[in-house]
Amino acid sequence: MTDKKKNLALTGGAAAAEALKQINPDVMPVYPITPQTPIIETFAKFVADGEVSTEMIEVESEHSAMSAAAGAAAAGARVATASSSQGIMLMAEMLPIASGMRLPILMLVSARAISAPINIHGDHQDVMFVRDAGWIQIFSENAQEVYDNTLIALKLAEKTRIPAMVIMDGFTTSHSVENLEILETSVVKKFIGEYQAKNSLLDFENPKTFGPVSLPNSYFEFKRQQIEAMNGVTEDIGEILDGFGKISGRNYNIFENYQLDGAEKAIVVAGSTAGTAKTVVDALREKGEKVGLLKIKLFRPFPYKQIASVLANVKKIAVLDRSISMGSMSPLYSEIVGSLSMFKSTGEKCEAQMCVYGLGGREIFAKDIQEVFEKMGEGGVKYIGLK
Amino acid sequence: MNWQSIEEGAVIKHDIKKSPKTGDWRYMKPKVDKKTCIGCGQCFELCPEAAIDYDGERKADIDYNICKGCGVCATVCPQKAIKMEKNS
Repeated sequence: MTDKKKNLALTGGAAAAEALKQINPDVMPVYPITPQTPIIETFAKFVADGEVSTEMIEVESEHSAMSAAAGAAAAGARVATASSSQGIMLMAEMLPIASGMRLPILMLVSARAISAPINIHGDHQDVMFVRDAGWIQIFSENAQEVYDNTLIALKLAEKTRIPAMVIMDGFTTSHSVENLEILETSVVKKFIGEYQAKNSLLDFENPKTFGPVSLPNSYFEFKRQQIEAMNGVTEDIGEILDGFGKISGRNYNIFENYQLDGAEKAIVVAGSTAGTAKTVVDALREKGEKVGLLKIKLFRPFPYKQIASVLANVKKIAVLDRSISMGSMSPLYSEIVGSLSMFKSTGEKCEAQMCVYGLGGREIFAKDIQEVFEKMGEGGVKYIGLK
Repeated sequence: MNWQSIEEGAVIKHDIKKSPKTGDWRYMKPKVDKKTCIGCGQCFELCPEAAIDYDGERKADIDYNICKGCGVCATVCPQKAIKMEKNS
């Protein structure tokens, strides 16, 4: 089965569209926004050329896109969409509705800065803004991971009945052409399987009410059950990642442990910057320095225990956030500090440094990451590349 | 009911026995004069709760478990066969 793979040179956006083509969703409500547009633009061509049978609905806003996605998913359709930045924020009202109704919608996100001031370039502020929307969130380092995560996230969403976002860095990943390996469509089809919704609005034999009012006597219970389902994702994903490893030869975990064994200093980062950090880790390891990298993939649910265990023997950590939380700790930093304080039982006390980088598409270079390693443990907040 | 057994995503199977009795809200009650009623069915169509059906004699028959007492039926009846009375 693994014989017929195909190598292509695609942008991250086109890689996502390629995976969507193989998935052939029933419905795709879309609204364009930079830097997500290459995804739906490429997919629209597949629709026009008759390569997919997807009902592509061109709506008037992202709010409508997510509303249509929720409606179609409630009707029992396999649904995908894509967005970025202000678009995600306009969808914000509908995101917890999709997750609260347990509708496994797949959303590709080309992560971008949020206004004001207006900026179209990549950072993680949009996805962090909606991190409490009850969606699964998976970060991708490069185009290959975008393609792979799209297939993995769809299967995961449908298994857990929780909507999922596959996140790539705006422009850096979404618009850069990279070589990647795609699977045979028949292999993909077998991997994702036929979709059968648990409930369908169109099942007239078994009429059901969707989205009822739930007052103080039941709302709490619905939410508690949703929490349980979300917490279960860290377990549910295991089998899917194993299955994907078998068909692709690419074996993933919920995060990537890059040279963390025996590492005394480590960087934690999500997205494309992990690629740059790997080169720095390699160079420093060449010189005999005990450094490593923890690349975050599954951000929601956050795998606290597993991360605490992998960081158990690291003495100094720098968490690189491509987003901020005004008046608080950066999102990824607070998760890492939470993991360590809750679950780290072995090893010495670990110093965790908060670093903010790349806001609004500000570049980050290997030399910047090398400096993070050099000055790790100085304390305070580091703003990498700030003028 | 507890959080483990509650319906996933609040998707609730229809069960008329469990549905709320909107008749409890009623203040005014429509009463059909079966002798005057011609069974034209205009009140059926406009009843917002679909609480009216034919009885055995093809006359309007109101389900008081559901009727909220809005009075639309009394207003639209061409025979003035429906009168609103104070709920007893």
